[in-house]
Amino acid sequence: MAEHGVAKVWRKQQEIYRIQGNHCKTCDRHFFPPRPVCPECRRKGDLETYKFKGLGKIHTFSVVRQAPEDFKRQVPYIVAQVELDEGPRLTAQIVNCDIESVYVGMRVRACFRKITEYGPGGIIVYGYKFEPTMRVTGHE
Amino acid sequence: MSKKVAIAGVGMSKFGELWNKNLRDITLEAGMAAIIDAGVAGADIEAVTIGNMSAGRFTGQEHLGALAVDMGGLGDIPAYSVEAACASGGAAIRHAYMAIKSGEHDVILVLGCEKMSDVNQTEAMKTISVASDWEWEGMLGATFPALYAFMARKHMLDYGTTDEQLSLVAVKNHKNAVDNPYAQFRRELPLEVVMNSGYLADPIRLLHSSPITDGAAGVIMCTEEKAKEFTDTPIYVESSAQASDTLALHEREDITTMGAVVESTGTALDRAKCSIEDIDVFELHDSFTISEIMLTEDVGIVEKGKGGEAVEKGLTQIDGEYPVNPSGGLKARGHPVGATGVAQLVELYHQVKGDAGKRQVPDTERGLAVNIGGTGATSIVHIVGR
Repeated sequence: MAEHGVAKVWRKQQEIYRIQGNHCKTCDRHFFPPRPVCPECRRKGDLETYKFKGLGKIHTFSVVRQAPEDFKRQVPYIVAQVELDEGPRLTAQIVNCDIESVYVGMRVRACFRKITEYGPGGIIVYGYKFEPTMRVTGHE
Repeated sequence: MSKKVAIAGVGMSKFGELWNKNLRDITLEAGMAAIIDAGVAGADIEAVTIGNMSAGRFTGQEHLGALAVDMGGLGDIPAYSVEAACASGGAAIRHAYMAIKSGEHDVILVLGCEKMSDVNQTEAMKTISVASDWEWEGMLGATFPALYAFMARKHMLDYGTTDEQLSLVAVKNHKNAVDNPYAQFRRELPLEVVMNSGYLADPIRLLHSSPITDGAAGVIMCTEEKAKEFTDTPIYVESSAQASDTLALHEREDITTMGAVVESTGTALDRAKCSIEDIDVFELHDSFTISEIMLTEDVGIVEKGKGGEAVEKGLTQIDGEYPVNPSGGLKARGHPVGATGVAQLVELYHQVKGDAGKRQVPDTERGLAVNIGGTGATSIVHIVGR
């Protein structure tokens, strides 16, 4: 048996490291995480792999102040639904941002961060978090 | 095939942190109470359905169907465990409803149970989180309160719902629970206390959230013919409906509406051939106070966006036009996740029967319960009437 969590994370590296989803050529919708079937076109759908640009804006957010063990050390932290420019939304932490200055509509971009670790003997999980675009690029 | 499905009797364990009892004790207690209330003999019971979300993680015990039949001394009858996260209880009711409707069984004992206080609070939170899309929400740091906070913040932005309105739901439900002997919190909660409670996940405060609860509830469901043998005044399940939505909240176009609730309520009302105006009492799934506000809108009590106003104006109080959660709801009666859906039916049974005591909504003929799982990915609606 794999060490705790290894296989679970390993098999979705592409998705959580690169924000890789898919795109339906029939209806032009993007999906993240990738879907096995296009919910619009079903069997008529034609799905291709798509790497998202990692740019978007905050759709809604919360500041987590009571968290399970895996995240306790990070409290308080911002978690948000990010609406990617290509359309789909995903849930992610917002970093490089004070909890007072986050707002709905804020432009954010993806960054690569440590998410959590699966205790002693377990692996460290890396993946996407998002940060305000202004902080990094100096412009919207 | 039975035309009508009846409820012949109900029972509940006390809801709360029951440290000196285990899962078997409370489930047996609720089941026995229902059997005695209905006046059925053990030999009359043809099957058991049991709703439970996560006994495996909360207590280390699964295979609850066989356990219930064994502990209840019910012989070799079939038993079905049903899981639909926090809607597991509702799912067990619906499962029995379908089995009776189809003619497969005539008398079924429906149970719902959860023992949550055997693990610590953070472990309980983690277990609850698996009702959302764990891989794409929970694992990335979104706790269950945070997901409801997403909805609350959006509802506040889109419709001007306030912190005070969210808090008033808790105040109302605590007030109702004072008169419910089975409730976890039988005390009133002043508005200032709710509004000064700390944030779990902004804008969701501690006292906007349902508690960690141990509890079980039981219902005897049967055909119309059998019910008449057991009791002179059976209550009927007039309709049962269920719908699904995306598991992950971020996949929904509008996160301030629970599409599955709208869908299943519509179907339930159609099947019972009535409109929302014909419903006298509601048990709505208030795992967080924002969900009661959203559900008052989604079932059609008020139009979209007016849920906050409804509680503020007293529309949803016991003496209001649309009484919601006279039992105290999940907030104050307590929310043992797998038991909640069954407990909602127990309350409607008492309300429709007219024996709900001080929390009785006058002249109640028909009640509606909405039991949701996760952040609304499952919605199960039952209409109960005379």
